[in-house]
Amino acid sequence: MEAENMEKIEETSPQPETPRGMAEKDINKTARAQLVGKIFVQIGLYLFLTVMAVIVLFPFYWMLISSVKSVAEYNALNPTLWPKQFVWSNYADVFSAEATGIDLGRMFLNTVIVGVVSTILSLIVTVLSAFALARLEFRGKNIVFGAMLATMMIPGELFTVTNYITVVNWLDWGNTFAALIVPFLVSVFYIYLLRQNFLQIPNELYLAAKVDGTSDLKYLWKVMIPLSAPTLISITILKMMGAWNSYIWPKLVVGDSHQLITVGLRELASMFSVGNNPNFPVQMAAVVLVTVPLLIVFICFRKYIMRGVSRSGTKG
Amino acid sequence: MMEKTKQPKVPLTKAEKKIRAKAIFNRWKAWLYLLPALAILGLFTVWPIINTLRIAFSNGYQGMLEVNGETFTFGIENFKTAIEVSGFGNALGNTMLLTVITVPVSTMLALLIAVALNSIKPLRRLLQTIFFLPYVTNGIAIGMVFMAMFNMIAIGGKAQSLGIINGIITAFGGSPIDWVGPNSSKVANMAVLILYIVWNALPFKILVLLGGLQGVNKQYYDAARVDGASRWRIFWRITVPMLSPMIAYVVITGFIGGFKEYTSIVGIFGEEMGPYMHAHRLDTMVGLIYDSLNGNFEGEAAAASLILFLIIFAVTMINLYVSKKKVHY
Repeated sequence: MEAENMEKIEETSPQPETPRGMAEKDINKTARAQLVGKIFVQIGLYLFLTVMAVIVLFPFYWMLISSVKSVAEYNALNPTLWPKQFVWSNYADVFSAEATGIDLGRMFLNTVIVGVVSTILSLIVTVLSAFALARLEFRGKNIVFGAMLATMMIPGELFTVTNYITVVNWLDWGNTFAALIVPFLVSVFYIYLLRQNFLQIPNELYLAAKVDGTSDLKYLWKVMIPLSAPTLISITILKMMGAWNSYIWPKLVVGDSHQLITVGLRELASMFSVGNNPNFPVQMAAVVLVTVPLLIVFICFRKYIMRGVSRSGTKG
Repeated sequence: MMEKTKQPKVPLTKAEKKIRAKAIFNRWKAWLYLLPALAILGLFTVWPIINTLRIAFSNGYQGMLEVNGETFTFGIENFKTAIEVSGFGNALGNTMLLTVITVPVSTMLALLIAVALNSIKPLRRLLQTIFFLPYVTNGIAIGMVFMAMFNMIAIGGKAQSLGIINGIITAFGGSPIDWVGPNSSKVANMAVLILYIVWNALPFKILVLLGGLQGVNKQYYDAARVDGASRWRIFWRITVPMLSPMIAYVVITGFIGGFKEYTSIVGIFGEEMGPYMHAHRLDTMVGLIYDSLNGNFEGEAAAASLILFLIIFAVTMINLYVSKKKVHY
């Protein structure tokens, strides 16, 4: 046995090594080393991404489980990672004005009204202007478009001061839905986005329609709008999200009867955070009610939201 | 011209009138389509630019006084009061500090995550979706969740809950810290705020950088690998330069957003802009503007917003200048 082994070793031992054999072996060796390195790198990447994903998800998790805890359990010295009992009544408390002192149901409704109306009006205005800028030839077109784009560079805070005076002192729109809708109907960015989309539709289609005697509006409705549906969906979702998330402006111009949900949410937080009676579970239930619809919309329309966002850099 | 003098002599037929009307309509219809947008932009975008300048330089301007017919003298009083207001230095300092820390941190982290996402296959879509989630949330709402996570609850001076973050810290043998409560330090407040702002800023940056990475030609990487370049070298010599336009973009928008930081602080600490018993500790430039507006000192608010605009403008110019030198192609 031993002798045999010895022989074998001698046979395979690289005494009379040819240069070619050596190179092959080296390649095998480096290939294996590379593979091992690659696996380690992949493990490292997944580890890193998992840790980051947990950090990103943790607030959502905490929000969800806290929203169904009892106040006593939430306030216990050592926080529990899973509720001992599910207190669904926290959600009912969010809507009872007795428990919160704020009519959050009303504010949800207000937000939906403002969101829907402003989205529809804004789509109409955006489509009409984008059509004019993309399809029609007229003097001063480039100047108008350039001036519109230039306004995008100015921060919104600069407008807020004057718009506050205009809306409250001059138009007397304090505490109306108009104050929440009209100033934000036109977004130059959306007009720009849609114009780019309209430009991709061949002009021959428009000319053919004209020859057939189709009116502009019919052409818009039958051809351009269906062809640019993805952009219009992006605009719709981002606009609705804008209404859902707006805080500063509604807080400035309207009172409780017309208030939007985010302001109500903040009022709830101020009321239930400090003092001797903190109630975080009800707060978190309210947060869930505001956050989850957005997450559902995102999961359904992921593609459209990401498309719109990657080009804008702004929320809403 | 010739035509014009002829016109009144020959009466037009109905068909001719129709054609003429149509021609006029066609000449002006573009403006008709643009009318709603231009009217609204005129009133709520163009007028504010002019008017904000006007009221900023009207000494002691208040909208209510103007409605009552009062006139104001031209001058820079509003700018003086805006700067001399007690919290101005604090607000400017907070704004700068938050921007200078959160922009580089979130950009680096987003770059690492984007590169990692770009080099894996399974689970990529799922992870991508997870990393985008903070974007589609309400800044105030999740601010409240961060407040809840870091908050210690004391009822009647007796400590109750430590909060989950302190729970984790004590589980690892540390001692609990008052992050956001009445006894908290400003450093602790800032740490929470920075964490929240970075958490919030990641999705947009990851999205843009990942989009950029997917556009990089794979041949560059193959060539580098054939040359035996290390991963680290490939990252700095290929990935970063190829991504430099996107990096410049997220940094510039990050700086602009950073200087307008406001709702993240309101989300965690409320309109008082600071923990209980420490109102205005975490005030920012935008916070000052809204304080003046709420007090109906519109002149001062206008002056403050112009100052903010100039700061943002200057920082953006510097950013563009630097990126012009550093951005490849």
